[in-house]
Amino acid sequence: MEVRLDRIVEILKDIRPEFDFRASTDFMADGLLDSFDMVTLVSALDKAFAISIDGTEIVPENFQNLAAIGKLLRKYGVNT
Amino acid sequence: MLAIVPAHEQSFVEDMKQFDFPESRSLKLKLVMGYDKHRLVTPGTSSSDLALFGFRHLFERGLVAPDSLDGLVVVTQSPDYFMPPTSSVIQGELGLKQDMFCLDLNQGCAGFVVGLAQAFMMLGLDSVRRVALVNVDILSRKVSTKDRNSYPLIGDAASITIVERGGEEPVFANLKMDGTRREALIIPAGGFKLPSSPETAKLEDVGDGNLRARDNLKMDGTAVFNFVQVEVPPMIDDLLSFAGASAADVDWFLFHQPNKFMLQKLCDKMKVPYAKMPSNVVERFGNSSGVTIPLVTVANLARELTERTFRVCFAGFGVGLTWGSMLARTGGWRFCELVGYGN
Repeated sequence: MEVRLDRIVEILKDIRPEFDFRASTDFMADGLLDSFDMVTLVSALDKAFAISIDGTEIVPENFQNLAAIGKLLRKYGVNT
Repeated sequence: MLAIVPAHEQSFVEDMKQFDFPESRSLKLKLVMGYDKHRLVTPGTSSSDLALFGFRHLFERGLVAPDSLDGLVVVTQSPDYFMPPTSSVIQGELGLKQDMFCLDLNQGCAGFVVGLAQAFMMLGLDSVRRVALVNVDILSRKVSTKDRNSYPLIGDAASITIVERGGEEPVFANLKMDGTRREALIIPAGGFKLPSSPETAKLEDVGDGNLRARDNLKMDGTAVFNFVQVEVPPMIDDLLSFAGASAADVDWFLFHQPNKFMLQKLCDKMKVPYAKMPSNVVERFGNSSGVTIPLVTVANLARELTERTFRVCFAGFGVGLTWGSMLARTGGWRFCELVGYGN
């Protein structure tokens, strides 16, 4: 499945509309996402792309920035 | 099996007002985690109060004869006192016989499986024919109301499970422990190592907008989530493999109830249909630690387990860190009921 990076940004902004996710390389360190937002994000990504991200992959490193999320999604056949 | 929940109920929507988070973020979390209502004890209620209420309910209805109990195992992290044990309080208040093996176990979310294992060991003694396993926790007393990571999910409850000899089917179990990760779930102060003081009672900003004191329960949510996802599926695989069974042979997966999201992720990983693993306890009652397995059982399968038998897989995981599971054919119970305590 091919999706535009904009779609990921849209999902992130639905969770935290006040932030510019393209401007950060570390969402956790920069305070854009906390651990509970990460869970909300996984749930949203699962739904949006009809996948189930493995529970063992729900770690901050995989949601650190847009590149990390893109890399994770590629494992599930979602290419950005 | 009997579960006892306080009548006092709080809603997540009400709780949200205590947190410094935008409502829309909290509501998204409510949907994903399954937060909705939780049952909490009111001031003055102790762990033994919930357990005594449950025992009296059973005795008065003739469901259990007090003198038939040869053992009492109380699993709790919220004892009435440092000393004596809560099992002594319960035995004394109920006037149970003196020729009785009573003990307390300090265990949390794996406490039902650990407690069952202890009850089975007691039943290995010639003189012990029936054991009452009590799981009880009132940890809402130890959670900061300003900690959004823990407060909305916590619930108070108790359960009484009567375990007795009989049955031909073997029970398979595995219990695991990794004390090196003990700080992932901890109440840092209030014990002998760091007694409570005005200093430990002071609320501190712990990040993410949460306020917590060292007297409060501290949960490293990311570490606990990862622990569960990494350790639980292989534990269940090992259990089933040792028993010569597959996931399809199991009628019900009655697991500890941390939140709906975590359980659904376990189902996905283990390829178990969501319908076989009820996950509605956090939503209806809150997470009451070692009581959640009895609670998920009585809340979803009360009629089924009194009418016939099923192959059931129990699993608990949490503080310690401890994780354990059990596979048994069980059912045809004399009672499987949920009762409310207080007004």
